[in-house]
Amino acid sequence: MSAHHAETLDAAAGTPAPAAPPKLELTGVGKQFRTKRATTQALDDIDLTITDGEFVSLIGRSGCGKTTLLRMLAGLLSPTEGKILVEGRSLWDGSTVDSSVVSQLGVVFQEANLFPWYSVLDNIALPLQLRGDGKAERRERARELAELVGLQGFEKSYPRELSGGMRQRVAIARALSTHPKLLLMDEPFGALDALTRERMNLELQRIALATNATVVFVTHDIAEAVFLGDRVVHLTPRPGRISGITHVDFARPRDIDVETEAEFGKIVRELRHALDGEE
Amino acid sequence: MSPQRMGRWLPWISTPLLLAVFFLAWDVFVRVNNMSELVLPRPGTVLASLVDLVQDPETWAHARVTATETIAGFLIALGAGITVGAILGKVRWMEYSLRPMIVASQVVPKVALIPLFVIWFGFGMTSKIIMSAMLAFFPIMLNVQLGVRSVESGQRDVMRALNASRWHTFRHLELKSTMPYVFAGMEVGIVFAIIGTIVGEYLGGSEGLGYLVVRTLNELNAPALFAVIILLSVLGLLLYFVVNGLKRFFIPWHESVYSQHDVNA
Repeated sequence: MSAHHAETLDAAAGTPAPAAPPKLELTGVGKQFRTKRATTQALDDIDLTITDGEFVSLIGRSGCGKTTLLRMLAGLLSPTEGKILVEGRSLWDGSTVDSSVVSQLGVVFQEANLFPWYSVLDNIALPLQLRGDGKAERRERARELAELVGLQGFEKSYPRELSGGMRQRVAIARALSTHPKLLLMDEPFGALDALTRERMNLELQRIALATNATVVFVTHDIAEAVFLGDRVVHLTPRPGRISGITHVDFARPRDIDVETEAEFGKIVRELRHALDGEE
Repeated sequence: MSPQRMGRWLPWISTPLLLAVFFLAWDVFVRVNNMSELVLPRPGTVLASLVDLVQDPETWAHARVTATETIAGFLIALGAGITVGAILGKVRWMEYSLRPMIVASQVVPKVALIPLFVIWFGFGMTSKIIMSAMLAFFPIMLNVQLGVRSVESGQRDVMRALNASRWHTFRHLELKSTMPYVFAGMEVGIVFAIIGTIVGEYLGGSEGLGYLVVRTLNELNAPALFAVIILLSVLGLLLYFVVNGLKRFFIPWHESVYSQHDVNA
């Protein structure tokens, strides 16, 4: 318990208090699942502050509640305790979600979840269409995003004609289309092969830098978390708690060779031990 | 050569070839066994009979009746099937309370009800339309029900995370992902609708190609019987292709359309 406190303090010290409210602020967030037989505390007392333009990786073994946490941040699952503030505004009011706050978020899931009946451009522009933007405006923004995520030439293609990596690019472009204040990603590259994944990590870094996005990135891959993150938040299971936060200070843009540096290896090793120690 | 390209032209060669072999074998079979043309006429005789039949304006009046009954029955089944299927798919307690009745109604051999329909609705088109609608309804309803439930939860999450309204979720997600199921039901349904109509015509009435089948049978005119059966097959094929064409037009993005495994790809 004392370690938990120390880490929390450490996290607070790591983010100097800004004048404007932070991008994302979680205080005492918890989630209970109640079934007839038992009550499970999936997440307990999560405190986390994320500043503008920061890339935060969320890591933990499966079942530690990292996806639950992300779904609560995305407005898909209500927390049972605590507060989630996006730029100082509360996302949840009891179990109802504030839709004006949700509309400032962009979410990418493990599956691309594209709509097979729409072309790449129409998939990217879907959030804009739902918002009621005009057709010309939507098209222009979608083209711009297709180029940003490296899909120029595929604008008129349909999802079935794309590879897994390309589909995730479309999903990322779709999430970015409304200029979200916060990009939430739930193991977006978990279903891709190792080589494609490496490429997508580089691409995501480039896109995040180009759009100055604030990102919460859930993964179970330690190297991926360290490569992408400014900070790596580790969660322990049953109940899900933050067990520590590691700062990663490599200069950006990082290239893939960073992974062979001694410092990188050291951070990965420490994280692995930290996660193993939690059994 | 890629399998896709081969799939495009090969059926156009193989189908006529197989038909030619079939008719040749048929002809040889009749001649070798020295069979009576009253039992199994030779293809040439059937062809001559078919030409006679096609030239008779009365045939076309019968064909029109059969087509009208089938299409009317099918459209009724489509409307009812989509409505009931959507409701049962969406409202769980409705499905639970109605399922036993629906299953029971499907177990009843519906064709046995035709005499009843004839008593109630007469020998005209109505009894056949009802029969055709009853047979086509079930596969359509079942597919729609399945389709309404088969919306992917991941895609639902996307719509929820985008703050989509009920209407938007319906228009961009639920409607589109149910469409392939509606068409799958329609493809089965149109075939069932034809069966319903023809059986209805067998059992009562004095109109339609089904009636013509019975009449030629009573005349012991086997060549004409064969010719009517061929006409019926052509009618069925035409209606099926119309439905299939609609499917290709409305859901070109679906696997059953773009993959080459389709019947007429």
